[in-house]
Amino acid sequence: MAEPVRPVLPADQKIMLAGLAVALVFLAAALVLPLGFLLVRAFQDAQGGFVGLANVAQYLSTPSLAASVVNSLWTAALVTLVVVPLAFTYAYALTRSCIPLRLLFRAVMLLPVLAPSLLPALSLVYLFGNQGFLRGALMGAPLQGPVGIVLAQCVACFPHAAMILAVALSAADARLFEAAASLRAGRWRILATVTLPGARGGLASAAVVVFTLVVTDFGIPKVIGGNFPVLATEVYKQVVGQQNFNMGAVVGLILLLPALAAYGFDRWANAAQESVFSGRAVPYTPRPRTGRDLPLFVFCCAIAGLLLAVVGMAVWGSFIQFWPWNLALTLDNYDFGRFDPAGWSSLGNSLVFAALTAGLGTGVIFLVAWLLERGPRLPALSGPLRFLAAVPLAVPGLVLGLAYILFFNAPWNPLGVMYGTLGILVLNSLVHFYTVCHLTAVTAIRQLDPEFESVSASLGVPVWVTFWRVTLPICLPAILEIAAYLFMSAMTTVSAVIFLYGPDTKPASVAVVHMDETGQVSAAAAMAVVLLGLNLAVKLAQLGLGAALGRGMQRWRRR
Amino acid sequence: MRRSLLLAIAAGISLFSAEARAQSRTRLTVYTALENEQLAPYKAAAERAVPGIEIAWVRDSTGVITARLLAERANPRADMVWGLSVFSLLSLESQDMLEPYTPQGASALRPNMRSAREPMTWTGMDAYVAAICFNRVVAQQRGLPRPSSWADLLNPAFRGQVVMPNPASSGTGFLTMAGWIGSMGEAPAWTYMTGLHENIQLYTHSGSAPCNNAARGEYAAGISFDMRSVTLRNQGAPIDIIIPTDGVGFDLEATAIMRGTRNLEAARRLADWTVSREANEAYGRFFALLAHPDASASVPNYPADFAQRLVSQDFAGLSARREELLREWTRRFDGKSAPR
Repeated sequence: MAEPVRPVLPADQKIMLAGLAVALVFLAAALVLPLGFLLVRAFQDAQGGFVGLANVAQYLSTPSLAASVVNSLWTAALVTLVVVPLAFTYAYALTRSCIPLRLLFRAVMLLPVLAPSLLPALSLVYLFGNQGFLRGALMGAPLQGPVGIVLAQCVACFPHAAMILAVALSAADARLFEAAASLRAGRWRILATVTLPGARGGLASAAVVVFTLVVTDFGIPKVIGGNFPVLATEVYKQVVGQQNFNMGAVVGLILLLPALAAYGFDRWANAAQESVFSGRAVPYTPRPRTGRDLPLFVFCCAIAGLLLAVVGMAVWGSFIQFWPWNLALTLDNYDFGRFDPAGWSSLGNSLVFAALTAGLGTGVIFLVAWLLERGPRLPALSGPLRFLAAVPLAVPGLVLGLAYILFFNAPWNPLGVMYGTLGILVLNSLVHFYTVCHLTAVTAIRQLDPEFESVSASLGVPVWVTFWRVTLPICLPAILEIAAYLFMSAMTTVSAVIFLYGPDTKPASVAVVHMDETGQVSAAAAMAVVLLGLNLAVKLAQLGLGAALGRGMQRWRRR
Repeated sequence: MRRSLLLAIAAGISLFSAEARAQSRTRLTVYTALENEQLAPYKAAAERAVPGIEIAWVRDSTGVITARLLAERANPRADMVWGLSVFSLLSLESQDMLEPYTPQGASALRPNMRSAREPMTWTGMDAYVAAICFNRVVAQQRGLPRPSSWADLLNPAFRGQVVMPNPASSGTGFLTMAGWIGSMGEAPAWTYMTGLHENIQLYTHSGSAPCNNAARGEYAAGISFDMRSVTLRNQGAPIDIIIPTDGVGFDLEATAIMRGTRNLEAARRLADWTVSREANEAYGRFFALLAHPDASASVPNYPADFAQRLVSQDFAGLSARREELLREWTRRFDGKSAPR
């Protein structure tokens, strides 16, 4: 990027530098120290003595390791190759075409993140399992194993990719399209030379997010992966199966490697990304064109139909007595007190926990992203910060949860007062879901020309006024998106919080897992459906709010 | 922003400590792997019998609870453990994490179901065993004979029809394997597992999953623990629980006080009650073999010679060899990605 002139006022600069420093301290305390406490165990024996690389060497000699590395990489690559093009087309249809029902498609694409990952897994069993309605569809291949993992991960990762790409495609400079058209470029040529390069950063981020999510997620392989070994289930075996934290730390370290490579790729792809939206840009507004809109509409209907079928299957599953032997409908599964002593109260915990995560997380994450993008260039601060913002995605929830126990429960740690309260669940989730939110925020902020700040500064307007008057309003859709994402993620997360909840703070997502383990499948589905309903309400509120505010605050975007 | 974070956290903390102060009874944080349906009756019975205590459960699967206890070792949060695998308790004991205390009346318990130390570090509640969840409908569809012993599962008719927990992921998987070693001897047990491997479709990561899968008709036979099937059958799953006649491995649900508890006196009083005949009869609503020899179990559908089918099990010896056995198991059977 051409280095813009940044005549920022000195006082502003100091405040922004201080903000960056605080952000670094925050991520150090909430991410680096806890992880360090755990990962150092990779080089220790069970008694805490230093053993160098002995654990790593022992682990590398495990026969299942090679298989699990290869399996993790190819399933992740396959899911990425399937999901990113589909999500791109879907996001393109939402942002660059005039198909009807766009608001509905926007809500439906998020269905899989609205519910705990148990729901899609359950649906796949009901559809493709040995007693499933479409059991012939897999042509004899067993569902439990790589087939189940890839199918379920495609469903689970689609919303993440679509969300990032929709933000990346949401702003475009109409002048580029006009210029291309007057140069008589064809439609495909415009796609290849204007649209795709403009979304290059978003595409790279989406690919990285999907790849890393598949590599680190253990929920889906655990439920539907059979004994197909992947790295994430290796962590589970070591930590939960054998309580061998040293080996768990070794696998945690190994898991960081592919994720770090992905991070490098993302940085490389984003380095050349220009601001799409310069101060002189003219917002692109698509005009109806049947040749483009009709196929896209059919495509969106197909994808949305698939997602609805998967979720609808599980919703139906929450109203039946016992699949597949007694399909009589009943409401009993929603009487949670019969299955779990906490009953409905865990849903209350989840609501408070998710609201706090969304409220605090959105503010922190957006502010840090803005400071990084618009603050003074100081690589000593911003380099580590950018890196740290990318790390959480690569850390499996189990590893982060365990790390939080070891760090926050240490007797000398004054932050230990949070342990056992909702506070630690909030902090943990904020950090756990940091990366995707950070990428969304960065993508949104980068679409603004830094000239906005430069002009304000030369007019003597303090930078925080520009932030308040210009950046926030323009980025409002992305901010609301981040808040809703954090809320929904906190409502459905299991892997990290399963180590951290206390007697009074058990969230509903954990209750779902417990009921499923106990064989109360329909009740587990029922609570997952309630979570889905609450999340859907929040998502619709966000979309409605965005549309209402958009009419006022985004009016300048139109010609 | 950060200030409001701190404020919110402070508000959260004061909310919970205020709640704690409002209770005049001593609140005992009890970590457990008991099943959901056991929690309410046990809590009610204990709070009725032991005045001045209140039980606050933290319940999760055996592996998660054990991992949490070990990770919290530097600053234990649990006052007690009530209803956790004895293998887990032995692992805590080896790290000196259990408070030595012989509950009043504990000497009446069966000798193989309590700690051998003086004073004791743990006391048993009941035994749960490795068993076969057998789906009658699927068996009929596929023409499978009903197995009555482990040896029956080697029948080639069961190829791809058997699911068992991965011993490296699940305590139930380990106790099943330990039972085979106990009843057959070590070398024949490995031979048996090699034969069974041919019929196994899946090694799951959870001890409940094989029975849940069998109940859903995914597979005909799931190796799991006995109590799991009761809940499933009550919901209408066409499964039978089969306690094999050729010797089954078992595990104990057990109780211990955590070293470092801030409520030692109250924990001791609760521990006293957990070994009582009354408490054992509460356990007897769910399990057939109880630690207290005079308590009678009321759980239905167990064979009369149930206790005789249990192999004699050296918990401490197995616990010490666990890592070595799991490595051998993993070397032989794990990591096969090709589904057969």
